[in-house]
Amino acid sequence: MNIDLSFYNWEIVRTFLLKGLYFSVMLTIVATLGGVILGTLLALMRLSGRKFLVAPATVYVNGMRSIPLVMVILWFYLLVPASFYALFPYRIGQNYRSEISAVLTFVAFEAAYFSEIMRAGIQSIPRGQVNAGEAMGMTYGQNMKLIILPQAFRNMLPVLLTQTIILFQDTSLVYAIGAYDLLKGFDAAGKNYGRPIESYLLAAVVYFIICFSLSWFVKRLHKRIAIIR
Amino acid sequence: MKMNWQWEVFLQDPGGQYPTYLQWLMSAWGWTISVSVLSLVVALSIGSLVGIARTLPENPWLARLANAWVELFRNIPLLVQIFVWYHVVPALIPPMKGVPGFVLVIFALGFFTSARIAEQVRAGIQSLPRGQRYAGMAMGFTTVQYYRYVILPMAYRIIIPPLTSEAMNIFKNSSVAFAVSISELTMFALQAQEETSRGIEIYLAVTGLYVVSAFAINRIMAFIEKRTRVPGFIVSADAGAVAGH
Repeated sequence: MNIDLSFYNWEIVRTFLLKGLYFSVMLTIVATLGGVILGTLLALMRLSGRKFLVAPATVYVNGMRSIPLVMVILWFYLLVPASFYALFPYRIGQNYRSEISAVLTFVAFEAAYFSEIMRAGIQSIPRGQVNAGEAMGMTYGQNMKLIILPQAFRNMLPVLLTQTIILFQDTSLVYAIGAYDLLKGFDAAGKNYGRPIESYLLAAVVYFIICFSLSWFVKRLHKRIAIIR
Repeated sequence: MKMNWQWEVFLQDPGGQYPTYLQWLMSAWGWTISVSVLSLVVALSIGSLVGIARTLPENPWLARLANAWVELFRNIPLLVQIFVWYHVVPALIPPMKGVPGFVLVIFALGFFTSARIAEQVRAGIQSLPRGQRYAGMAMGFTTVQYYRYVILPMAYRIIIPPLTSEAMNIFKNSSVAFAVSISELTMFALQAQEETSRGIEIYLAVTGLYVVSAFAINRIMAFIEKRTRVPGFIVSADAGAVAGH
């Protein structure tokens, strides 16, 4: 059979692909920011040494990490009540139910993975740094905010970004609840024009170009950081 | 909050191939296990070959090809790869037309994971002191021999921990097969939830089986690690990265 990509024109790119790409990128950014913030809190809970904080954080992180992402997506889609979606104005909640549910899922799910990265990052800071902060009379909060977390973020930046690339790839799984992401865009374009084969092939190429360039960028960043330190 | 459990839902008749939802669930679990285990076999075989190829000193082209393999399969989302195997490959390669979807998914999941295993095999081999390789050469071993008798036995022991998480990942990743209608656990969850409207019970059972499967593979790998341990050799290299799923 012949591959014919000529049916792809600007109109299709605009109506199908850009809309999907916009949601995929938005989901990646929100889930990264939310996941890192929530993940850092979880990491601090696990490192606090207080049982009532350590136990729930550990259960949460290990629980999330032992369930397939697709199942987590389905759970959130099932469990988030209609009253939550009703909070959004102009029927946004009803019209974008899958998308909103996907954002919640990814923040909650990625927080577990980011928390493991942040925990490793915090533990990579030499003990002397903590002691030095304490000797300066800093409180726990000041010590974390001014001394430990900035260094932990910096040490872990390449790993955090690598996780973000994986996260971007994983956004394609919102297919399970029919949210409109980049893959769905290709899927819909292929089905509408009777060219699913070309469409899936092109999807693979586009995802590859995006992820490959991002990994290349992270690799370079890793080298630069390694030299400065 | 009072939850109104209805576990009897599993004894209902789905009106199809299986007499009860419970039997359907068990069959779906069987599919999940088969897809995962067979993909793991594919991933370990190809991943080992590609990983070893990346460390061969005298063959830069083979190493480049192996690097390209890893980049290709690592930078495309698994779901997209499954679609390509399922929709594109049979259309472009006529002999693949008769291949059942189950096998195509095993290829997809196996190749996807092979890139990650190749990365770990390479890291394991490179974490060994260079002297091991030279010692093998000095003994007059050929390349095949010193890999077989000197390097690989140590490298594989080192990478058992990251291989364990990869084996657990494969069970989790097999859930993506629902997208091409393989009747595994996630597919069952979607269909049974729709038919019975008892989503919570259905999802709990499916999630539980995923956790049980991952735990079982974890114990099996721990057993292998214990049995193959070399006295006095401390496995310290953390060949796997923190990131990943």
